[in-house]
Amino acid sequence: MGFCMSVRDVLSPFTAWKNLFLDPVTIRDPLNDRPGAARYRGFHQNDVGRCIGCGTCETICQNGAIDMVPAEGIETKQGDSGLRPRIDYGRCCWCALCVDVCMTGSLTMSNAYKWVESDPDLFRFTPGVDRKYWDDAERGYRRPEDHRLTPRERAHMGEMAPEARIGSFDEIVHGYSIEQARLEADRCVACGLCVATCPAHMAIPDYIAAVRDGDYERGLRLLYDTNPFSQICGRICTHRCETTCAARHEGDPIAIRWLKRHICDQIPHEKYLEIVGKPAPATGKRVAIVGAGPAGLTAAFDLAKQGHSVTVFEALDKPGGMTRWGIPEYRLPYDIIDREVAVIRSLGVDIRCNQRIGRDISLKSLRNGHDAVLITLGLQLGRSTRIPGSDHADVRKSVDLLRQARACEDFGTPRQAVVIGGGNVAMDIARTLARLQKLAYGEVRVTVTALEDFAHFLADPEEVKEAGEEGILILDARGPQQVVVEDGKVVGLRTWRVKAIFDEQGRFAPSYDETDEQFHPGEMVVESIGQMTDTALLGDALSEQLAWNRGRLQVDLGGRTSESWLWAAGDMVRGPDVVSAVADGHRVAASIHAALNPMKERQ
Amino acid sequence: MAYQPDRSQYPARRPDGLSRHPASRDTSTALCVGSLDIDLASGKYLKLWQGPNHPGITGNMSLELTVCGDEVVEGKTHVGYLHRGFEKLMERRTFIQCFPIVCRICVPEPDFNEYCYAAAVEELAGIQSPERADWIRTLILEMGRINSYLMYLGGQAGAFGLGVIGQWTTYVRDLMLDRFEELSGARIYHMFILPGGVRDGLPDGFEQRMEETLVEIERVMSDVLDVMFRNAVFKKRAVGLGYIDPALIEPYGVTGPPARAAGVAKDVRKDQPYLVYPQLDFEPVTGADSDVYTRADVRRRDLLMSIDLVRQILARMPKEGPLMAKIPNVLHWKIPRGETYIRGECSRGEYGYYLVTDGSGYPRRVNVRGPSYTHAMALMERLIVNCNIADVAGLLVSLHTYPPEIER
Repeated sequence: MGFCMSVRDVLSPFTAWKNLFLDPVTIRDPLNDRPGAARYRGFHQNDVGRCIGCGTCETICQNGAIDMVPAEGIETKQGDSGLRPRIDYGRCCWCALCVDVCMTGSLTMSNAYKWVESDPDLFRFTPGVDRKYWDDAERGYRRPEDHRLTPRERAHMGEMAPEARIGSFDEIVHGYSIEQARLEADRCVACGLCVATCPAHMAIPDYIAAVRDGDYERGLRLLYDTNPFSQICGRICTHRCETTCAARHEGDPIAIRWLKRHICDQIPHEKYLEIVGKPAPATGKRVAIVGAGPAGLTAAFDLAKQGHSVTVFEALDKPGGMTRWGIPEYRLPYDIIDREVAVIRSLGVDIRCNQRIGRDISLKSLRNGHDAVLITLGLQLGRSTRIPGSDHADVRKSVDLLRQARACEDFGTPRQAVVIGGGNVAMDIARTLARLQKLAYGEVRVTVTALEDFAHFLADPEEVKEAGEEGILILDARGPQQVVVEDGKVVGLRTWRVKAIFDEQGRFAPSYDETDEQFHPGEMVVESIGQMTDTALLGDALSEQLAWNRGRLQVDLGGRTSESWLWAAGDMVRGPDVVSAVADGHRVAASIHAALNPMKERQ
Repeated sequence: MAYQPDRSQYPARRPDGLSRHPASRDTSTALCVGSLDIDLASGKYLKLWQGPNHPGITGNMSLELTVCGDEVVEGKTHVGYLHRGFEKLMERRTFIQCFPIVCRICVPEPDFNEYCYAAAVEELAGIQSPERADWIRTLILEMGRINSYLMYLGGQAGAFGLGVIGQWTTYVRDLMLDRFEELSGARIYHMFILPGGVRDGLPDGFEQRMEETLVEIERVMSDVLDVMFRNAVFKKRAVGLGYIDPALIEPYGVTGPPARAAGVAKDVRKDQPYLVYPQLDFEPVTGADSDVYTRADVRRRDLLMSIDLVRQILARMPKEGPLMAKIPNVLHWKIPRGETYIRGECSRGEYGYYLVTDGSGYPRRVNVRGPSYTHAMALMERLIVNCNIADVAGLLVSLHTYPPEIER
């Protein structure tokens, strides 16, 4: 190579002069003449209407540049923390991990890169709330379509095939294996929106973390901190938490309910008593609770742990309330309820069955023998449509039928049945009848007629899907008009198509298209349109004394009625689902405890 | 009292030390030869600090020179002016949170940090990045190599007073930064290669614009050949300067172009192929004379080879397919106990990441092996002896060192 110099080496450098005649390559005004590339990671934009304030961006930011702060002018709604990310451009490194991890896709970046201020504090701003000129820029970094930093799909839950499950009352879902549960728990971003939504405010991200760590005892302890019906809720909770889960927005919500069930299933029953712990020293106070459902037993659990002597009076022959008598076994096996009740009994709670108010005991005697009385009567009476023919003996209420089915009483399974109603209870009775039909006659002939259309259906989508798989015919937007009776026997139901359920003022006043009439044959019609409390149990005298509010017993925030010795809780006050009853049980127990310990409370 | 420098690391000074003619090169490969008495009070020697802020220093490091006349009789390298503690910072960050900071370890060629870190995490977590992502990773690494060489060429020429080369290479480097911007969303810190794959595919029309950029770079490189490499001034100063004996390559851990310029065909892309290099056609560029001129020429030809590799990649890469492997939720990503060393051939030599994990959500230890550490510190102290003061800058630049990467 070139140790030998040549004339060329002297002349060649002068070729640089040819550049004199070229145009300059510099851009005179780069800020205006040259916009950032379409993917440029410029200043942040946030669609605050789409943002749910889950704070995942704050969690992932390695510079601590993001703080979640309350934002003005944002309507507070379910599943939204009301906070919005504030970004400190003194710390931001424009890595866009916040954009990549954003659970709703609301956070993006514009391709703008010019921002001049004289006040350095202004470079800490809340995108979307503090308006900027680039807010509406269409170009800039967006998370690419398939680019996700958190898995979107739910871990598969095994379940029985429709053909197999229709022939028995065995539990449908198998439950997660440890591997499946870890995969599912891994998806959680621990934003805590679910905690705010859960009526019992269970420590959901914490127990999901316990599943990740495989520390099931810690998980169970966390469950029982807030919910003594965790085993039951792990199977049949209405899981409102999952409707506000941050993962729901761009994927499947975390299977919070199944993870709760998984924790419960991993711990042997003997361990439960150890983990739940021992009650406090006896206070000498006596509390009577009427009704051994979730609300009553939760209150019993709390009060017993606090050292009070608790006696529960149950009208039926087994405790559990609606969880035992209203929910089919394929969703909630009996032994789960027995195990749950055993935990509560282990704290010294005395549960006396076959003790009906007004028949075996009186509220007056309870008042005299106890320092406080709590009634949790539940919703035991089915409502009627009151259409012509609905007074026939073969027009039944779903709540009664479910109770009979669970008690294995023979109520004469119809070969063909029509269910009126579109809620979860309607699905429960329809699927129960379908199983009984399959067992008795080998075929399923159940029709469900719901007032709502499928877009506004009340029952959970998976219930509707599974019922369809089991051969049940579900018709939406059908208004019941008449139960047709011939020769003294029910032969079916006549319905009209529903045009609207509510009137212009939003009141319940269905309007029908009379030209669209259908007849649904069936020898039994089941009404499943709602339930109410049997307040006659209170007796006339007490009912007179108590304050009422639109047919419901009036209670204060702690569940105390206008009579200072009497509290009420559960479905008869709020509801109706298990976890709401549990939350109510906690509330009322705290109120009773405070009333029993006035001095301590004041300290 | 007479100043007694520790000369145990250096060969004895040659009587004809000022001569840089190849025939008179020191061919001694001994590491411990003799010692030199330097009496600063004698008035014969002078201490001269070059850096940490000095145009003849590549970035923030410093040379402590002992000169006699205009000849360096001893040089010590000092680093530590740019320590940001990245390796330690990473021990307190989750695996995904390390991703945005690794690129900062080496500013002019950040992508190797992203690749090595991602590959190390993937190996320990048992993840395989998708094929299309590997092609894009290779593309980015070659684009980064071109940029790094362009920056070097400007510096190398500038160190000998040829200012125009830097202006030209900066111009075409900017064109390549435009391509980086449209591909990755950023010009300098691309933050594009992350554990599991890459963020996105190529934008529409990228191949066409890249081809235009490559053609422009080739045009400028042909000018650079005329004005820099066929230049009497550059040859006068660069030929014979900073000779690295091939026998020193192994003991000093010399890699990359400095090794290849000595005729040792070391190239991790060939020696231990990674990404899609086995599917690309190329031969490591080597030289023979092992001086500043040869090293510059090896880099120039390596740059042209990278241009060819970029063309090969764009022509052959799959256009469809996933870009990210299935990774767990990054917010609580725990990686089983293990350790690995991932290496790659960056523009300056072998770049490597040693990663130790302990089953937690954080790296237990990260050690970055950058070529600048060995080249700029140990090797430089040896090469600088008998160098003319005016040539020190050219010598240091010829080792192509980036102090940010020395100080992790």
